[in-house]
Amino acid sequence: MKVQVLGTGCPKCREMEENARKAIAHLGIECDVEKISNVKEIVSYGVLMTPGLAIDGTVVASGKVLPVDEIVSLLAGAEGA
Amino acid sequence: MIARKELRDFLVIGAGFLVVFFLPVERLQSMAPLPGPVWEALHLARWYAREHVLLCLVPAFLIAGAISVFVSQASVLKYLGARANKILAYSVASVSGTILAVCSCTVLPLFAGIYKMGAGLGPASAFLYSGPAINVLAIILTARILGPGLGIARALGAILFSIVIGLVMHLIFRKDQLAQAANAATVPEEGGRPLAQTALFFGSMVGVLVFANWGKPAESTGVWHAIYAAKWWVTGAFGVLFAVVYFSVLNLRKGETGEWVRASWGLAKQMLPLLLLGVLAAGVLLGRPGEEGLIPTRWISGAVGGNSLGANLFASVAGAFMYFATLTEVPILQGLIGSGMGKGPALALLLAGPALSLPNMLVIRSVMGTKKTLVFIGLVVIMATLSGMIYGAF
Repeated sequence: MKVQVLGTGCPKCREMEENARKAIAHLGIECDVEKISNVKEIVSYGVLMTPGLAIDGTVVASGKVLPVDEIVSLLAGAEGA
Repeated sequence: MIARKELRDFLVIGAGFLVVFFLPVERLQSMAPLPGPVWEALHLARWYAREHVLLCLVPAFLIAGAISVFVSQASVLKYLGARANKILAYSVASVSGTILAVCSCTVLPLFAGIYKMGAGLGPASAFLYSGPAINVLAIILTARILGPGLGIARALGAILFSIVIGLVMHLIFRKDQLAQAANAATVPEEGGRPLAQTALFFGSMVGVLVFANWGKPAESTGVWHAIYAAKWWVTGAFGVLFAVVYFSVLNLRKGETGEWVRASWGLAKQMLPLLLLGVLAAGVLLGRPGEEGLIPTRWISGAVGGNSLGANLFASVAGAFMYFATLTEVPILQGLIGSGMGKGPALALLLAGPALSLPNMLVIRSVMGTKKTLVFIGLVVIMATLSGMIYGAF
């Protein structure tokens, strides 16, 4: 499984990445975190408002930083699917 | 739950604020023979801490945080979509920066998204220009420090000319029609809330901000003075209105208050250190109004004094290339005006500065190509120069 954090590099995007890593550590699963900072790539995902979060290429959230427990439930849902 | 890290950051920033607030600049000055501009920087920082942080910046951060949490961004974004009404798209693009770009890092992805997957080049260009220019925090601080005239002129200039820029970009490049993406852009989910509730909520906060900061007018009679005399009563009344709306009228989702505090604190944490740096830099380079910094006053009044085409143009071009972290343009402009910059060129700098910088021109170029970027920059410089000359003539 791979998680993409979309953002241009401001504190909110870094927080999203940190929370994603904490969520992955909490679940103890194998998961890569990819940081996407290139604006054109971010748009190609269909994200308008950064920070954004995608799991295996599908956007699951955008517009604000997700707290760790929300990312945990999103990842757990995707893992089980 | 307050994380230990946040508490530590709060204590650091709070301590820093208190140090600057109580700094005995005069006593230090008499003890250590440092060059004048150093003391100017410290004087200016202390003045900002004493006069503007509590009554202006703190409410401003709370309002900006509230916008990012309580206003439905989705309901605004739908006006900028691929199938949106074009006239609405331009109007919304020109003002939505206040709501969508509270954190300025979102401006570039939003611009790219509106251009490639939304309403197109025209509205995207309008948003790209106005977004950074009508940032809520920047407008509030501009009005507070540089005066309501410049604050209003900045907001209006940004809105009006963003529509013009958007339309001109659309006209010039109308033959380059982009194939609209098959799938619409993802828009964040938001709970709905009646518009009246949101309006009352923000209205009460803006009321507190405006009346708490109501300045003392020159005359001691008349309407303005009557308002000034009663200002704390009016502020208090708005405060009560706010409490009533917040605790009884709005149906708060679980955790919304926490989100609001976190959003406001996040903005404050991001911007206060940069603002301090901007204030110190403005103090060292330009001195307080009426004092000298490192840059001689006559250079400033020579280059950008008065209201000539040259002065306004110089200010626009310099602003377009210079990078200003959000809010730092205010102390810098205050220093420049105090050193002899005319109010026309000042507006030109305010309109061209925040919207563009060399680094972000490169990103814009990667999104819409060199030709369109150059035309956009040219339009910004022309609009800023014109606005400056018109405002300077008043």
